[in-house]
Amino acid sequence: MTAYSITEPTPRSKLIAGLLVVLYTIVTLLPLVWIISTGFKSGPDSISYPPKVLFEPSLEGYVNLFTTRTRVAAEEFQNLPPAETWYDEIVRDSGMVIAGPSRFGERFLNSVIIGFGSTFLSIFLGTLAAYAFSRFKVPLKDDLLFFILSTRMMPPIAVAIPIYLMYRELGLSDTHLGMILLYTAVNISLAVWLLKGFIDEIPREYEEAALIDGYTRFQAFRKVVLPQAATGIASTAIFCLIFAWNEYAFAVLLTSGTAQTAPPFIPTIIGVGGQDWPAVAAGATIFLLPVMIFTILLRKHLLRGITFGAVRK
Amino acid sequence: MAEIVIRNLRKEFGAFTAVKGSSFTIKDGEFFMLLGPSGCGKTTTLRMIAGLELPTSGQILIDGEDVSQKPASQRDIAMVFQMFALYPHMNVRKNISYPLVSQGVPKTQIAAKVAEVARILDIEDILDKPVGGLAGGDRQRVALGRAIVRNPKAFMMDEPLGALDAEFREHMAEELRALHDRMKATTVYVTHDQLEAMQMGDKIVVMNHGVVEQFGTPQDIYDHPATLFVADFIGSPAMNFLRFDGTAQAGSSAIRVGDLSIDLPELQESATGALVLGVRPEHVALADDAPYRGRVEASEYLGTTQIVTLSTPHGPVKARIPSGDVARLGETVGLRLNARTLSLFDANTGRALRTAANAGVHHG
Repeated sequence: MTAYSITEPTPRSKLIAGLLVVLYTIVTLLPLVWIISTGFKSGPDSISYPPKVLFEPSLEGYVNLFTTRTRVAAEEFQNLPPAETWYDEIVRDSGMVIAGPSRFGERFLNSVIIGFGSTFLSIFLGTLAAYAFSRFKVPLKDDLLFFILSTRMMPPIAVAIPIYLMYRELGLSDTHLGMILLYTAVNISLAVWLLKGFIDEIPREYEEAALIDGYTRFQAFRKVVLPQAATGIASTAIFCLIFAWNEYAFAVLLTSGTAQTAPPFIPTIIGVGGQDWPAVAAGATIFLLPVMIFTILLRKHLLRGITFGAVRK
Repeated sequence: MAEIVIRNLRKEFGAFTAVKGSSFTIKDGEFFMLLGPSGCGKTTTLRMIAGLELPTSGQILIDGEDVSQKPASQRDIAMVFQMFALYPHMNVRKNISYPLVSQGVPKTQIAAKVAEVARILDIEDILDKPVGGLAGGDRQRVALGRAIVRNPKAFMMDEPLGALDAEFREHMAEELRALHDRMKATTVYVTHDQLEAMQMGDKIVVMNHGVVEQFGTPQDIYDHPATLFVADFIGSPAMNFLRFDGTAQAGSSAIRVGDLSIDLPELQESATGALVLGVRPEHVALADDAPYRGRVEASEYLGTTQIVTLSTPHGPVKARIPSGDVARLGETVGLRLNARTLSLFDANTGRALRTAANAGVHHG
């Protein structure tokens, strides 16, 4: 018989664990693979049954996503000058011509401005508040912290009507500033609580050393506390961005034109007449990219952030 | 370098009073020890001198200037923390130069200064290493380097040897004292280790429960403790206490303990009631002809000396005698107390009675 140590798993349990991980990965990645592949399918391929795993890739979805197209009369179509660009050609193949750019780029940019703007503001305010709660004698500290947390005790959408009315009165409806403030208000409690935990973990001696070394309280905060809170700030920023980026309900309710973000826009791509699944899938794919890139860039911090406190000291 | 004067310094944290009206003077260039058990207010006192806590009342004068309500950054002092508090995101060189950067010292001058400090502390080879992987002793040296690099008015040290292992402490203590002798910098050093305080300090303040119990040179404090607390806290093993009821008469050079008369330094004040006679173990000799008797209960061998525990009518007494002398368990022997060294305490107040021997000693 082979003897195994208590801490080392047996080969069989390793195998089972490995299979479970693979299975889980397939389950989570399958929808992503589906969306990304649909984005590169042609219209008929995207609705064929059974679904096609192997197909001829096409950029039709992406071209449709970024353009508006129009059908022209048959004889006029014959008389058109030859297609100038590859995307002109793709559109012509389906018997249409490009009428102009779509609004997707604009909506996507709105998402970037509002998502990153509110993340930045949440982190900025959250770090200062968390530092104050962590280091200073704040009157009614515990009550204030509870109050801040209590703003998360119901789903934000529960207050949709008051917010809608308030925003209409204040002229914040359908503005970038309004959406940034709204998402910041929702995220700030998460930011304060998470960051307070991280800052609590940083020994005070570092700041005290900086104070003794001739720095002011604010300089000590900026040059000594912030660099050490980087891990916490990064992971908190990811959580804030994911919420603001994916938020749908308020975006539908409060934005329609200038400040509309991508989530309420993507369903409208589906088009009139036909159902343009490849274009929707292309929009979803592009929409996924920023959060994915942001998370991958900060991945190291995120993993350290989750285990923070468990391994230190 | 500077003289530091502490006047009626008091610090309250809500209902708790950490420091209750301390007063003492740290002379220019002194290596000054704040000694006491944990929670006695020594660290709070140090932090008030450093400017990390503001006193509730009282004054702190550095070089004659009242700094008690000034922030730390304006006091021009340096500090070595117990856990060193090296900036973890900077390498050794940056850590040492950081205090100079805040003063806007030109880069070339900073480089020269850091090089000089690194040479003094013998850490030139680790200047470009991150502080994370350094050994305890090297961290200690870097922390010292950061303190000495800008010639501050005074150094604060909060149990700087506390984080080092026993073997290295001894070595570092010597190094610290040597560094002090070389720089002649006023140093305030907090410790709970009485041996460390005696070994390194020019002066010691002994604190307990926020009160200064005694203030003086190590020898004064050891030989003439001002209170029962100091007598018990300083010395290992601690001073022996013979508790009895009696009368101390000013002008007398002896006291009646039970039916025996014991000689001691000439008393300068009188007291009646519960008294305590204090004698250090090394001032107890075993002598067959001595009238004060005790039974040998135990003996601990310590190399050159041994500690013999005896039971007497007034409680256990420890005697430090040469290890060659014989003390048989169970035997009853005479104890001769060295009269010149005895202290007499009033058991109710805990204070030492004034005698010809301790007349010049400072009370808290």
